[in-house]
Amino acid sequence: MNDSEPKYPPFTEIAMGSLALIVAGGIYLSAHLPQHVSLGPAVVLLALSAGLMVFNLFSLTRVQGFAWERFFAVGKWSLLAYTIIAALIEYVFLQNHLSGGPLVVLTLSLVVFAVHVPSLVGFTVARYHTTLPAAVADH
Amino acid sequence: MVSVTSDPGAVEGQAHSGPPPVVPEFVIVPRWGFIWSAFVLIAVVVVVAVNSLWPLMFLHVTFGAGWTIVDLFLGFALGPILGRLSIPARVEFTARFMPKMVVLMPGLVAGTLAAGWQLSTHLGTNMTGAAGHGWVVASMIVVGIMSIIALGLLEPANITVLIEMKKPRPNPAVIERLMKRFMYTAGILGVMQVATLVIMTRLGSL
Repeated sequence: MNDSEPKYPPFTEIAMGSLALIVAGGIYLSAHLPQHVSLGPAVVLLALSAGLMVFNLFSLTRVQGFAWERFFAVGKWSLLAYTIIAALIEYVFLQNHLSGGPLVVLTLSLVVFAVHVPSLVGFTVARYHTTLPAAVADH
Repeated sequence: MVSVTSDPGAVEGQAHSGPPPVVPEFVIVPRWGFIWSAFVLIAVVVVVAVNSLWPLMFLHVTFGAGWTIVDLFLGFALGPILGRLSIPARVEFTARFMPKMVVLMPGLVAGTLAAGWQLSTHLGTNMTGAAGHGWVVASMIVVGIMSIIALGLLEPANITVLIEMKKPRPNPAVIERLMKRFMYTAGILGVMQVATLVIMTRLGSL
């Protein structure tokens, strides 16, 4: 770390917290099959997770000199990969005749997953793109 | 080939003299990775659609074994060795090893989890009241924690190291810091894989 390094929000920590919330929601729903289960806790966990993701991405826009070009260059390919993985998981849900509220909650959880993980990869690459001395010297 | 800029002050605890380490030519995502990913995708789609016991069991066990072995080997064997290598050796190893991890692990993990859930549905063990349901929930919790650690720390570190090494003048401090993160995280996942082995052998013994 050096003095010229911009101050970054705790993006990784918040992203991991957000992922933990949707994982908890998914386990809560999966652990009660095939019984009827209240969607309330899963919806709250999903809403908190999505809220953290929005806050996380917003907090990045406040960072001066953030390497957005690098963020998007890596993030778009990562987004493609994680969208395919999310689609694969969605396919398994549909094959198991999941429907109604649980399907909506789990699908939206997959959307948060498929956006937040690529953002995390993009953030880590962009963060180290310009901050340390030798990297700065590349420009 | 590119030279890594040698900045002894930037690399904690490493005294490096002589010519700067050379990064061998590598591609971040090897071409065989696309074939592997397509194979995993097709295998999972077909096996889940067929929904027969043996193919589900085969896919879940082989992919799961691959995932477990890689994590254990990385965490307990390769990680400590890598920490003791010289910087040039570490750089060369990293350039050849990390691209393989980028394409191998997501396929192994996605295949294991998708086939595992379908297998559990097929056997009925994910239904409340089924024998071993508690162990299935325990496995979901362990896998959930492992996924958060892998997706949050390990995968971003892996990609960032490779992109750093592709620069005309890679920064050894960045590579050092993120490789440490990668290896420590792999060690934690290795420990958690022991818990997975306990759970899975318990389920298999019911």
